[in-house]
Amino acid sequence: MTAIWMAVIGASLTAFLNKYIGHSVPEKWLDRPRFKRINTLVPIVLLSALVGIQTFTQDSKLVIDQRLAGVAVALIALKFKAPFPVVVISAAITSAGIYNLL
Amino acid sequence: MFINPKTNPVDRTALSVAFTVGLYGAAFGAAGITAGFSILQTCLLSLLLFSGASQFAVVGIMGAGGTAISAIATATLLGFRNALYGIQMAPILKVTGIKRILSAQITIDESTAVATLQENDSDRRRGFYVTGIGVYVFWNLFTYLGALGASAIGDPAAWGLDAAVPAAFCGLVWPRIKKKREFLITAAAIALALLLTPITPAGVPIITTVILAVIFGWKK
Repeated sequence: MTAIWMAVIGASLTAFLNKYIGHSVPEKWLDRPRFKRINTLVPIVLLSALVGIQTFTQDSKLVIDQRLAGVAVALIALKFKAPFPVVVISAAITSAGIYNLL
Repeated sequence: MFINPKTNPVDRTALSVAFTVGLYGAAFGAAGITAGFSILQTCLLSLLLFSGASQFAVVGIMGAGGTAISAIATATLLGFRNALYGIQMAPILKVTGIKRILSAQITIDESTAVATLQENDSDRRRGFYVTGIGVYVFWNLFTYLGALGASAIGDPAAWGLDAAVPAAFCGLVWPRIKKKREFLITAAAIALALLLTPITPAGVPIITTVILAVIFGWKK
């Protein structure tokens, strides 16, 4: 089995377990303020790290290329409260433009 | 249950959320193909994993050359909030057996958010199911279309797909950054991940940032 298949099946299993456990455990188990604070921050750090990695790295090396311009435009779109598809598409158009012209 | 967005405000909210979020499935479909997943593997993630941020993390990490373990671990941590949503929804839904399994599968950001906006339990249940099933249908449909579209084109960078993926992550993290403190945490996470990139295997820099969540979340 390839690594991609392992990731697809493994992550699907744990995702379902996460969801199902929530429906099945007594409320007080996870109802702790410290736990909740950390849990709110987990998506913020992981998603931010992914933004950084996918914008600035290529094959474990730090690079600056057309992707940075695309992400910058996405951030501007978000600042102006643009809907999601607009954010993604404006980033793609910017990046593609630079990639194809340079 | 009959869905009627013309007369029922809960259905109206639920379906507009479902359609908008579903559209974004096309970005995921394209991201999967860009990362080297097949159309089948990409679609299975939407059908089985069905949690946007975790799905993007899996293809993002594998695409960057990470191991299956780091992809699974990151996706699992990102999906942990769904357990908290389940805890919120269980006393409202009151379901067991197969119904609980199906309800669990559609317990995501959007279904819980629409449910918690409602005034009474009957509307909460309606909001949860219409949104959850609606997102499931549209998300999977658009994942397939996005994957199909991306496999038809050659170089992903020529179409800007290499920037579309981090842009999608920006869109996911943006609504969560409300205070200066959260902005600082974001900056710290990006800095730490980039610092670790040249010296650790792919995937490790991302999961390591959880340490920051623990440090910053430990005290108020």
